[in-house]
Amino acid sequence: MKPKIAIFDFGCCEGCQLQVVNLEEQILDLLGLVDVRQWREAMSEHADDYDIALVEGSITRESEIPRLQGIRKQAKILVALGACAHTGGVNAMKNHAPMDKALQTVYGDKASWFDTIPTRPLSAVVPVDLAVPGCPIDRGELLEVIKALLLGKLPTLPTYPVCVQCKMAENVCVFDLGLTCMGPVTRAGCGAICPSNGNRCLGCRGLVPEPNANAHKEVLAEHGRTVEEILAEYRLFDSVSEVSQ
Amino acid sequence: MSSLDINVHYVTRVEGHGNLHAKIRDGQLEECQWEVPEAPRFFESMILGRPYYDAPFVTSRICGICSIGHTLAAIQGVENAIGFTPSEQTLRLRKLLLHGETVQSHVLHAGYLALPDFVGAPSVVPMAASHTAAVLCVVRLHRLANEWCDLIGGRTTHPIRAVVGGWTKLPTPQELRGLRQRIVDALPDARAVVEVFASVPIPRFERDTEYLALKKADEYAWYGGDIASTDGDVTPLPEYKRKVKEFIVPHSTAKWARGNRASYAVGALARVNVNYDQLSPLAKQVAETLGIKPVCCNPYLNSSAQIVETAHALEDSLRLIDELLESGLHEEGYAVAVRPGTGVGGVEVPRGTLYHEYTIDAEGRVAGANFVIPTNQNHANIQEDLKVLVPSLAGKSKEEITLAMEMLVRSYDPCISCSTHLLEVEFV
Repeated sequence: MKPKIAIFDFGCCEGCQLQVVNLEEQILDLLGLVDVRQWREAMSEHADDYDIALVEGSITRESEIPRLQGIRKQAKILVALGACAHTGGVNAMKNHAPMDKALQTVYGDKASWFDTIPTRPLSAVVPVDLAVPGCPIDRGELLEVIKALLLGKLPTLPTYPVCVQCKMAENVCVFDLGLTCMGPVTRAGCGAICPSNGNRCLGCRGLVPEPNANAHKEVLAEHGRTVEEILAEYRLFDSVSEVSQ
Repeated sequence: MSSLDINVHYVTRVEGHGNLHAKIRDGQLEECQWEVPEAPRFFESMILGRPYYDAPFVTSRICGICSIGHTLAAIQGVENAIGFTPSEQTLRLRKLLLHGETVQSHVLHAGYLALPDFVGAPSVVPMAASHTAAVLCVVRLHRLANEWCDLIGGRTTHPIRAVVGGWTKLPTPQELRGLRQRIVDALPDARAVVEVFASVPIPRFERDTEYLALKKADEYAWYGGDIASTDGDVTPLPEYKRKVKEFIVPHSTAKWARGNRASYAVGALARVNVNYDQLSPLAKQVAETLGIKPVCCNPYLNSSAQIVETAHALEDSLRLIDELLESGLHEEGYAVAVRPGTGVGGVEVPRGTLYHEYTIDAEGRVAGANFVIPTNQNHANIQEDLKVLVPSLAGKSKEEITLAMEMLVRSYDPCISCSTHLLEVEFV
């Protein structure tokens, strides 16, 4: 019997679900191997008997917590799809301003109409079986994860930093270009796509399991960056990490 | 329909979350509401204090589907704020990247999300078996558009190479020639999709509407221009707040907007209505085939207008590539001198006019930001359409009325996750 999959989203840009669509012809192959039970963005069909839940987005409202708990209860395997689900993503940048101030700034004296809580990654609310990191997720990595799940295995992620893949791509070091880079502390797997396109690593795949944050701060400081600027880099995608607190 | 309650929780096949409610009593529409409960994400507040060059990277994350549009609106807004004028090469490459996104998004919406309505399928999934040839054309065009954006932007979702001041990396002439050939090869697929849209029944519904789009003297406007209305008035871009009047409603985390009337519309149909004369020759033929003449006030034809613009974007990209190759590609870098100031960027993204306004301080940090999202501008118009549509469906079943309402919402191609980012609030 084909595994039953469902795709869900919380607070996010839905760009990771778009990467599923962007598999193009490979989606048609995939549809031969799995049974998609619900996917609001793409289908009107709807059923609740899924085994694998791919969940995009972070938790930013009280009302989303029971919904995520319900998904967790039904799914045998819950996959955090993309940076918002995995680390809180850019959504967590708002956590650095007091919540009542953020609400006030945005909604004025009608703040009480709206429900918002500090942004949390899925794993801060329910147990998560695995994550497909990145903003957006890498389509190739997504396929590898789905293949592993179809074979009944839990895939593993690289534990080395983006710098390793960046060196293999023979890029000029981003620090030597005069930019600040999150490559030394960010989990590899993207092929160092941003430095390979002439830009800096923004840290979207989350930190490696044991980031050498002090050494990274030294490198950044050597290149004349202030503590404030260094924290700003961590706060783009890794606000929830201890380093940026 | 003597008495009916219609409640659609989360309309499907749209980007983001929207609910529909209608209450009909003794054949009369008592209540009709289009709700937007999408989680607010506070981008205007998050961007404050960040360096000017991060504005495109952060705001691109507002929307996965139009991340290129947000990137370019941010770049244009910041460049206008700091007083930087980009080179002709940079502008051509930005327009070429934007065309790639337009094709990607229009094909996704018209082909994957809206077409199932017109052939009576619940999604594109069963259509893969019932309409295989058409689906394969759509898939091929979608793939081309994504690979095109990968090539120019470094990545199709959340592009990497487009930055304030220029480009971090340029395509090679060989890559541009390869892209040109692939666009030429894709024209038969585009024609096949036109045939599919010409053969399906599109609901007839018309409501006199004000349409807004950017306008330029010398081209069909996508990047910058003045704000033109089908009511005849023109507003300079820096004065956008004079024309686009935003307001807040309690059942929506997104802002709504009005222009001269109670509501207005933006998007493919609005642009075709405002800028019809500047469509490319192929796009004009497609407009004729699909029965779109300005001013066309049937919102269900927005998907058809997207097909018209797909043809335009393909044909205009051939011109842009030829011009780029003719003048040769030059490494120009992206250095800028930062001067404090305020600037507005206006870009026609797939769903309509996107405004990004920034104030940059003397240290080059973002001191203020305001974004006006296309879908926000359409919310009030969707509501006004529904108020006229629902009573016209007297005698139909609940299922038929619900589908007609959902199809109307989908035809606007709402991008709801985009639309919930508010800062300045006017209460009315």
